[in-house]
Amino acid sequence: MSAQPFRVGAGRSVDPARPLRFRFDGKDYDGFAGDTLASALLAHGVHHVARSFKYHRPRGILGAGSDDPAALVQLGRDPASTVPNVRATELELYDGLEAVPQNCWPSLSYDVGALNDLAARFLPAGFYYKTFMGPPGNWMTFERFVRAAAGMGRAPAGRDPDRYEHVNRHCEVLVIGGGPAGLVAARTAAASGARVVLAEETATFGGRLLAARSEGAVIEGRPAADWIASAVAELRVRPDVTLLERTCAFGYYDRNWVGLAESVQDHVAPAVRDPRLPRHRLWRVRAGTVILATGALERPLVFHGNDRPGVMLAGAVRTFLHRHGVLAGRRAVVFTNNDDAYTTAFDLVEAGADVAAVVDVRAAPNPALLDHAAGLGIEVRPASTLVATAGRRRVRSATVAPLGADGGLSGEPSDLACDLIAVSGGWSPNVALFSHSRGQLAYDPTIAAFRPARSWQAEHSVGAAAGTFSLAQALVEAASVAARATASAPPEPIDVVLPAPAVPYRVQEAWELPSALSPTRTRAFVDLQDDVTAKDLHLAVQEGYASVEHAKRYTTLGMGTDQGKTSGMNGFGIIAGALGKPMGEVGVTTYRPPYKPIPFGAVAGQHVGASFHPRRTTAMHDAHVEAGAIFEIVGDWLRPRVYPRDGEDFDAALQREARAARTDIGVLDASTLGKIDIRGPDAREFLNRVYTNAWLKLAPGRCRYGLMLNEDGMVFDDGVTACLADDHFHMTTTTGGAAGVLSWLEDYLQTEWPDLQVYLTSVTEQWAVAAICGPGSPKLVADLLDDIDPEPGAFPFMTWRAGHVSGVPVRVFRISFTGELAYEINVPARYGSWLWRLIMERGRAHGITPYGTEAMHLLRAEKGFVIVGQDTDGTVTPVDLGMEWAVKKSADFIGRRSLFRSDTARADRRQFVGLLTTEPAYVVPEGSQLIATPAEQEGRTPMIGHVTSSYFSPNLRRSIALALLDGGHGRHGETVYVARAEAAPAPALVTAPDFLGDVEGAR
Amino acid sequence: MLFRPREAGPVDCPSDRDADPPMTTPRYSFWSLFREGLRGHGGWTPAWRDASPKRRYDAVIIGGGGHGCATAYYLAKEHGLTNVAVLEKGWLGGGNAGRNTTIVRSNYLYDASAAIYDHAMQLWKGLGRELNFNVMMSHRGVLNLAHDDGEMRQLKRRIEANRLNGVDAEWLDAKQVKDFCPPINITTDVRYPVLGGTLQRSGGVNRHDAVVWGYARAASALGVDIIQNCEVTGIDVAKGRVRGVDTTRGTIHTSKVASVAAAHTSVVAKMVDLRLPIESHPLQALVSEPVKPVLPCVVMSNAVHAYCSQSDKGELVIGAGIDPQLSYTQRGGFHVIEEEIAALLELFPSFSRMKLMRHWAGTVDVCPDASPIISKTPIEGFYVNGGWGTGGWKATPGSGHVFADLVANDAPNAVAAPYTLERFRTGKLVAEHGAAAVAH
Amino acid sequence: MLLIPCPYCGERDQDEFGYGGEANVARPRDPASLDDAAWAEFVFMRTNNKGVFAERWVHAAGCRRWFNVLRDTATDRVLASYRIGEPAPAIHDDGLATPAGEPAIGSGNRPVVGDCGR
Repeated sequence: MSAQPFRVGAGRSVDPARPLRFRFDGKDYDGFAGDTLASALLAHGVHHVARSFKYHRPRGILGAGSDDPAALVQLGRDPASTVPNVRATELELYDGLEAVPQNCWPSLSYDVGALNDLAARFLPAGFYYKTFMGPPGNWMTFERFVRAAAGMGRAPAGRDPDRYEHVNRHCEVLVIGGGPAGLVAARTAAASGARVVLAEETATFGGRLLAARSEGAVIEGRPAADWIASAVAELRVRPDVTLLERTCAFGYYDRNWVGLAESVQDHVAPAVRDPRLPRHRLWRVRAGTVILATGALERPLVFHGNDRPGVMLAGAVRTFLHRHGVLAGRRAVVFTNNDDAYTTAFDLVEAGADVAAVVDVRAAPNPALLDHAAGLGIEVRPASTLVATAGRRRVRSATVAPLGADGGLSGEPSDLACDLIAVSGGWSPNVALFSHSRGQLAYDPTIAAFRPARSWQAEHSVGAAAGTFSLAQALVEAASVAARATASAPPEPIDVVLPAPAVPYRVQEAWELPSALSPTRTRAFVDLQDDVTAKDLHLAVQEGYASVEHAKRYTTLGMGTDQGKTSGMNGFGIIAGALGKPMGEVGVTTYRPPYKPIPFGAVAGQHVGASFHPRRTTAMHDAHVEAGAIFEIVGDWLRPRVYPRDGEDFDAALQREARAARTDIGVLDASTLGKIDIRGPDAREFLNRVYTNAWLKLAPGRCRYGLMLNEDGMVFDDGVTACLADDHFHMTTTTGGAAGVLSWLEDYLQTEWPDLQVYLTSVTEQWAVAAICGPGSPKLVADLLDDIDPEPGAFPFMTWRAGHVSGVPVRVFRISFTGELAYEINVPARYGSWLWRLIMERGRAHGITPYGTEAMHLLRAEKGFVIVGQDTDGTVTPVDLGMEWAVKKSADFIGRRSLFRSDTARADRRQFVGLLTTEPAYVVPEGSQLIATPAEQEGRTPMIGHVTSSYFSPNLRRSIALALLDGGHGRHGETVYVARAEAAPAPALVTAPDFLGDVEGAR
Repeated sequence: MLFRPREAGPVDCPSDRDADPPMTTPRYSFWSLFREGLRGHGGWTPAWRDASPKRRYDAVIIGGGGHGCATAYYLAKEHGLTNVAVLEKGWLGGGNAGRNTTIVRSNYLYDASAAIYDHAMQLWKGLGRELNFNVMMSHRGVLNLAHDDGEMRQLKRRIEANRLNGVDAEWLDAKQVKDFCPPINITTDVRYPVLGGTLQRSGGVNRHDAVVWGYARAASALGVDIIQNCEVTGIDVAKGRVRGVDTTRGTIHTSKVASVAAAHTSVVAKMVDLRLPIESHPLQALVSEPVKPVLPCVVMSNAVHAYCSQSDKGELVIGAGIDPQLSYTQRGGFHVIEEEIAALLELFPSFSRMKLMRHWAGTVDVCPDASPIISKTPIEGFYVNGGWGTGGWKATPGSGHVFADLVANDAPNAVAAPYTLERFRTGKLVAEHGAAAVAH
Repeated sequence: MLLIPCPYCGERDQDEFGYGGEANVARPRDPASLDDAAWAEFVFMRTNNKGVFAERWVHAAGCRRWFNVLRDTATDRVLASYRIGEPAPAIHDDGLATPAGEPAIGSGNRPVVGDCGR
């Protein structure tokens, strides 16, 4: 291991038998399976791994997990699979891993961005609010430089090669956190036979126990390591227990809905990843009880020069030492305001490192600790603080100064040479998820931190997460909470023996330490990622941004990718100090999900690409594809738009199809129209209330067109409904409106008119529909039907018949959306493809032409028929459409009353008309606006209408358009002008919408 | 047991002091920054006076968000009304002003909408300099995408209306969309192919907190009282006229009460027994981790239903539609976030490996016609500005400007006139929902 | 994601349901007899109550039936559900500290109670 000078042993998590190669900052290194990028780099003595956001100051490794604020790297070089802003402390090593420094140029060591640091005094919190307003120019003039400087890593480019999935899971107990408390909670709950999910954020169960000496705690007679192994083994064999490693509980939502993000394969070398597995899995868990065993987060201390590489949390130093066998430094200064950091000093010495001194801000540390330190030859400096550090890419020395009784500096500072500063500002219960759950916190001075105070959901915090820092108590707490949650017997006591010196955790508030320098020159960092200093927070308060939310937003405290895990408490403490208010009154900023960043891909899960939204096709779809149709998207449906022949362009095909449908025979796939089967003795009355026209007298065998309004009186759907029997109707709706109309009908039926006995069933998918239209259609229909005489005399318009095609039962409707003689043959959907092919085959003799939606739109426009949603937009009444004939005078119907409101009854509303451009060849673009004058005016030009539909009509051999025009019904014969960006307004004659005159009589 | 968070701290009674003299606020500039830099920034004073309530004001504004602070500023600046209080129940800008995705555009279909949103747009253009507070107004362009023929038709209709109304807007085909915004996927083998879109170049984003702080600072400098942690608990009405408001910090006398309470508009209106056509829904938003510039403009899509921009700090800022249920909790369902991000990935597949950093919700006050209410009420001296739904941010300066005019003159000007409560009786709605390119 | 108690199927995730807004906005028996203002009351005006609120849900991905729910819109706590036509059950609710104030447990936007032992 000589290649790794700081590797002093195997460590609990690494496997020396499995060496790995990796590359960072262009250099090759070796490490072991079980290393993180951070531990492997530390093994080589590399601390400087990143640059900070604002001042581009060198950043080292502060934490050992997801709490680390600033040790961020870019993973991989392949543009499609690279990942920005990856925490070196969470990045598990695999063979061939390559990571690249980010937010620096030209290199990590020499970064021009660091010039910002020289100008730091001119770039305080919120400096950008005070300048860059221009002149010259405005913010845009400066923004491009600011934007280029900002940002951290680089976004991937290209399609994500990996896939993701969602899994839903219900359980009685969800335990979050696989440390000792979590394991005991899971074990106890599982014993009751409950379904248990245990989620551990890291790769290994055991929590802080893994970061302690192997001859450390003894639990239930077993050394910690063995105890963990057996507890996990015990859980693994239980069928009702789901153990999830590398799984972060990222958000706690309503009614114990908790999101878990599992990293499935990121820790495996890409070459050997299992293509059958997703990259990440998102577990959507609904739990009976949630047990939060999320532990505590250590915070650093805030002093001048506290941001150099080589300054590391005392707890993280132990993690790297005991989990990875890596010494973070050979000569350490331990700086603390609490007892826990002493353990770090002891462990370092026993691992063969020197401890230059333990610097304790407290005047009287626990005597037991002082004795033990003395025994190990460790100097302790009580009532002292660090006032400076030295070293560029790694700390070289620390300057210690004694503290007076007033907390200020007193006496001469002295330098201590060191290559590591292990710092501890105390431990804060990890309450992020508890806060997501809407539980409320209270400040507890005895632990100098906020702890859960009042729950909102069925949840319990246990162990360090609840502020219980004694291992023995934590385990008891976990066991009894789990027992209560599963209504099982109170658990046996759990005996725990701790190594000497086992002292209770004590801490003293120390949010900001005095500086030997003037405030101007002091650089004491609170947020190491976004470069927020204590001075910035004081400035925020000074400028009146005194609420923690204001101060956070003004300084960007805790707004980086670490969400302030290590900076939050110190920040709030400093603000409280500046305001002279108690912590509990100052409070904290809102904890927002996710607990740590999770990939967008995982959040979307499998609902991407083809699975994003459904795409529907009709029973006749294959035949259209074979016929070379071009399709259009209508709602969720794909519909044939035109069927171009070889060498034919879109317009030529359209014109041919539209001509054929009027001169010979055309056939359209009309299957997508919404169809609702309506039954019941009150069906007629129901139709009479939901349609604008009268339905009480429609005889069986007949069809009728109807309009539907919302209560605001505006048209929202239309269609033809047939009377199958006295109490049985077949309703059709627009393709896009089908689902909406059904739920709208159900709503009125169930909530407004429960007295009506009517039953609705969607039968859209049950029927395939071919609409055969054109003068030649009776001959073909006669060929097709076994038992119906299609001659209009015998089978009049707006009636329907039941019959058979080659023995297959069909319903034939004599209705027309083109104004032509037409037959709509409805066949059970499974015969749809067969029917279409049969029609095409039999039709060939009659010169049949399949036509698409575009020709259908054109044909109905020639006839002036409305398409709801194209010619209407939710602001159009039946009267506006000129359909008074479809509005009954007597009885009420949905929306009727609104038609009589002063504005809705105006005569000069926007009304439905036809337009004929003076230039017959000119086809107006749909959406064009209409104006009253032959020329546009300066500035604003008043608009008097707009074009809703526009085509070149092959049958009239000229362009036609439909429009909504102010007072249009009274303007037939007048000329209006179509505004155009590129040319002078085009004059057009206002006409009735029906350009054909009557072919088959009004509907 | 009731928990009353806002009653923490001393309850100070309204004082009889006269209107404060206009506070001398140091000017922000490159040079003042430089000077303070040399002096260790000791010279900066509070951005606004954290005032405590007086007994009497000429007008009281309920709600210390963007619209409320803007209203106060324009009352003082345009109408000389400086004895004005802004009452904020929590911390300034803590509602929707601090929770929105800061998108600014004015390419609306109807004349009435174009008028007010473009009025706002013109004010946005010079706002930073006018307030002497950099609101980081970035006119980087807003793209509205079309994914099918219906949307093409709708957007072309809108763009023509914009042109004739003097609102800048242009049509881009799919390739031009790609050129203007490279990360957009314009391949046609997807569920919602990009067929084209409209571009409003003057549209863009800004810094929401800065807008609120800037207005508060400018208003305070003109003598307006900015009062935080002061919730209105009742409105005193006699003979159909407003006489004052009761607050958690005492009673205040005034003859004019202007409600700019956004999601709580109905709650305030209830104090004068006024019912409104407003419903309050959660609206969620989220940001990604910060990355180097990758998205040059604002992109909005109705069909896939997502909108996205990149903040100056580097985060992707993403929003979508409202949660369906009424709620004042400022919390939504995670399933809505899942749909939102799936929609985003349909437009930007390359963002799949970016990470969700933070998500949150606001509560939006939605009107049936997706247009606001800026109106007098049957109660003399009680004015309502609300119902902005998901589109309020972009209107902030225009909304404040016309509302101040309404409060000062007791009559709406031409821009505000279409937004009366009357319209729900006459049926003369400003029905933008059919037209607004996306719920925002 | 809310849990909605369907009176016919039991508690299900919110995304199985459609939302119908305020309950008990009965359609007038004889709209023609109303003046414009009274009609507008029915079509547009809503209570939008902060606090206990009666609302309509439909189990769209289940039994397709409409029903009513009592929910506190200040906390999202679901208090009861009942079938169309049934009277709303009596429920207990904390109410609010102030008209717009946060209830006993807030939105998560006021995360702190105060200090221990204060």
